[in-house]
Amino acid sequence: MFDSAILIPSLLNGITTGAVYALIALGLTLIYGVLHIINFAHGAGLMLALYGVYLLKERLGIDPYLALPVMVVGMFLLGYCLQRLVINRASHGKDENILLVTLGLSIIMENAALLAFQSDTRSIETPYTLATVTIGPAMIAVPKLVAFAGALVVSAILVWLIQATDLGRAIRAVAREKQGAKLMGIHVDHVYAISFGIGLACLGAAACFLLPAYYVNPQVGNGFVLVAFTIVVLGGMGSFTGALLGGLLIGVVESLGGLYLGESLGQIGIFGIFILVLLFRPQGLFGARS
Amino acid sequence: MKRWRRDIAVIVLFVGAILILTTSSDSGVLLNFLMMALYATLLAQAWNILGGFGGQFSFGHALFFGTGAYIQSIAQMQWGLGAWAALPLALLGAAMVGIFVGALSFRYGLKGSYFALVTLAFAEVFRILALSVNFTGAGVGLMLPLKESLANMQFGSPRGYVYLILVFVVLALLISCWLRHSRFGAYLQAIRDNEDAARALGVNPFGIKLGAIALSAALMGAGGAFYVQVFHYIDPGLAFGPHTSVEALVAAIVGGMGTLWGPVLGAFLLHGLSDITRNLFGQLPGINMIIYGLVLVLIVTFMPRGIAGLSATLRARLGGRNG
Amino acid sequence: MRTRRIFMTQSAAAASAMAFPLIGGAQPKTVKVGVLHPVTGALAYSGQQCRLGAMMAVEDINKAGGIKSLGGAKIEALLGDAQSQPQAGAAEVEKMNEAGVSAVVGAFASAICLATTQAAAKHNLPHVVDVGVADQIVERGLKNTFRFGPGYRKCAETAVANLHVLNTLAGKPARTVMIIHEESLFGTGTANLLARELPGYGYEVKEVIKHANPTRDFNNIVLRMKAVNPDIVIPANYYNEYALLVRTMQQQKVQPKAIYSVLGGAASSYKFVKECPDAANGIIDCNHWFNPKDKRSAAMRKRVEAQGQFFSYEVFMAYTATRLLADAIERAKSADRAAIIQALENSTFSDHIMPYGQTKFVNGQNTGAQPLMTQVQKNDIKVIVPREFREVEPLFPMKA
Repeated sequence: MFDSAILIPSLLNGITTGAVYALIALGLTLIYGVLHIINFAHGAGLMLALYGVYLLKERLGIDPYLALPVMVVGMFLLGYCLQRLVINRASHGKDENILLVTLGLSIIMENAALLAFQSDTRSIETPYTLATVTIGPAMIAVPKLVAFAGALVVSAILVWLIQATDLGRAIRAVAREKQGAKLMGIHVDHVYAISFGIGLACLGAAACFLLPAYYVNPQVGNGFVLVAFTIVVLGGMGSFTGALLGGLLIGVVESLGGLYLGESLGQIGIFGIFILVLLFRPQGLFGARS
Repeated sequence: MKRWRRDIAVIVLFVGAILILTTSSDSGVLLNFLMMALYATLLAQAWNILGGFGGQFSFGHALFFGTGAYIQSIAQMQWGLGAWAALPLALLGAAMVGIFVGALSFRYGLKGSYFALVTLAFAEVFRILALSVNFTGAGVGLMLPLKESLANMQFGSPRGYVYLILVFVVLALLISCWLRHSRFGAYLQAIRDNEDAARALGVNPFGIKLGAIALSAALMGAGGAFYVQVFHYIDPGLAFGPHTSVEALVAAIVGGMGTLWGPVLGAFLLHGLSDITRNLFGQLPGINMIIYGLVLVLIVTFMPRGIAGLSATLRARLGGRNG
Repeated sequence: MRTRRIFMTQSAAAASAMAFPLIGGAQPKTVKVGVLHPVTGALAYSGQQCRLGAMMAVEDINKAGGIKSLGGAKIEALLGDAQSQPQAGAAEVEKMNEAGVSAVVGAFASAICLATTQAAAKHNLPHVVDVGVADQIVERGLKNTFRFGPGYRKCAETAVANLHVLNTLAGKPARTVMIIHEESLFGTGTANLLARELPGYGYEVKEVIKHANPTRDFNNIVLRMKAVNPDIVIPANYYNEYALLVRTMQQQKVQPKAIYSVLGGAASSYKFVKECPDAANGIIDCNHWFNPKDKRSAAMRKRVEAQGQFFSYEVFMAYTATRLLADAIERAKSADRAAIIQALENSTFSDHIMPYGQTKFVNGQNTGAQPLMTQVQKNDIKVIVPREFREVEPLFPMKA
């Protein structure tokens, strides 16, 4: 129905878009996998991170890619403090309360941004914003290729962190068996906060890769939340490889769906997969049966 | 036996209070507030049946709301039915969608977050479909013609709408009351507390949960039908978007899940809060919502069992300090 | 019983009046006007721009001596937030009604306007619609609703007719069209009308693409554009998506003979021209625009930009809608709602910066209202059609 001159670029577009989705989902899957909370504030976190990248570029002239270390550390600290000082205290550990607290936080964050930055959309100009690389019949935007590479690197770092470090072992212990971990002397609250912090740090990285190809306004996070949830479920809650591959897969599904069904109806592919995975393989591609 | 008599008595008092307020005031603001607060109550009550009593959290309750709203509109505009004839169809349609989603989800054993996410996904799927098919008006939506009359379920004065929504709220209260005191309700709550144990005792979780979701969906569909009769316009975003889903669950949880009056308290409090804050600091838009978000977080922090559970929370706190 | 009713009504009114931020000071003899827009939520930017325009008008009117026929009574604006939701808008109208407003100006978005005009009608409260392009708003038979600007049917018809004129003058280089629209009320409604009108003028609509709000990536749509290769691309969407679409086209080096938008979100937008001059260059738009020959419009633009804001259509639409209302109050010689409705019905308001000539309302729609065709040339937005407002010669097609 479509010849390769359309299909191949569409696939490549899907993969690179999916890479950005994966970056956003990586943080969400860690937060869900460890703290078992559905983080309603994830979209707002992405929005704050995007404003951070924007400000660093506009006020201090720092290129988004060079801003990576600053953003990652900054978002980590924000996440750590939010979890330790607010979410933990407010929710008393009850699931439904955590939901409301993250919801309340997202409302506060979105409207604080509205107050501080007003509602207009902002974007940045970089020398590579419009540059493309030709791959076969496709012209792929440079920022998207960088995002793809970034997603691979970030996933690798996270996998290494979880598998090969003491911190990672502690996180895995807490995720699997909280009480047991406590008995082993692991400081659970601290680990929870670190995990949440890492989750937000991933958003910091995602923002650095996303802003050159996109824009920021107070509501920008809302457009990514549902897709991120889908990827987390598809990949398996708690699995980084799953989030990466799930993200790429969803990106391709969205792309091909848009091509065959039209951009609006094509979105149904994403949620169709969401439902099918939930019904028939809820542990996702790489998750463990819980 | 006495417990349910007491509940009914309080329901009667509640209805009486609303009626007194409605008939003695000419204030459009008050009547509009009552109407919208009762509407929010209905949504919260519907969610509470499945989420509070049944323990199955739904993030996509707008699915049933939108179904009811669209059927109410389509039945009048395309099938030539009257508003009152359309209403039972709207409730039935919503219930059927509920049974469909419930059957799939419960058959495949979805619980907790998984169930919540699948309801969210279904709501999104319906939203996208509604955007693409013609009989829902696609992106343009459906606009109900303005024709005020009792036969058309369109009232010139908000009083008429208050009475209408009150009927639904009372219906939901009676259903919740029934869940508190009936065998079905006992089974439902047993399933919520420990599904395996309940099954071992001979309860059929699948059937019970299906009944609960059908009831919950029907009431939510009533909310959707009511919305269309008041605002005369529905589109896929308004029908199936996350706003309504969130409104329902927040009010129910803040008010106190699994209680009779929780949804009422939560809906009135949150609606009142949003109404009051909307115009505070009007010069600086956004502050009003920040205050709303802060209050939400504070309520959750200090009233973890919701408003209705406040006495239990206080008892636990005081007991803990003394014990 | 009666005293209790009065007490409740009065205390509710007092409470709601106190709940509103009062602008213009609490002086005796003021005319209260509700200014209602979605200043939070998804539509916050447009809502805030509208509010800016309306408040500028109130300021100007009061500075010039207020409503002279009422002894110099000042206009007191009661600000309302529709929170980007119809039900919040309707609730605000109730509050404004109780606070004793004589009229309401608002509410930008069509879906919200549907709810607010209806709520206002219950109290016979005059409601001037500032933007709200859906034609249903003025076709419901509500006597209190008045829209100063054009609806999307007028915009679509004008756009198609003018496209034909431009195309014919250039020797008919363009024949195929691709429409790209956002999926909700305004985009779908506009696209439907265009798809219906265009074939009648001999154009082939090769494809109509509907996209979501928000759309995160336009590469696929641009790919389709490459495949279909239309002569003209017609976008009808909001700012963010329009900007992303056009920039993606620039990035993928897709350049149709013309980008011809109808109510395009970023098309006749100074913000877009400033931030993406290359992508914006040459874009033609059929949109709300001010009369460029009226010197006051340039002055207003400077004034808005001095505040650090862009002179977007929301600003001048809301400004002129408010001035229309003030003119009606002046002629009604009264703050009474029925009198104002009557005055609006008979309005001949012509002292404005819009290209509408003398106002004439038929069933709530100003028949003189029209959009203008603009084109981005040399980093500025200039009117090209109709001739009486032309500032530069149109460049059509952009690419041979």
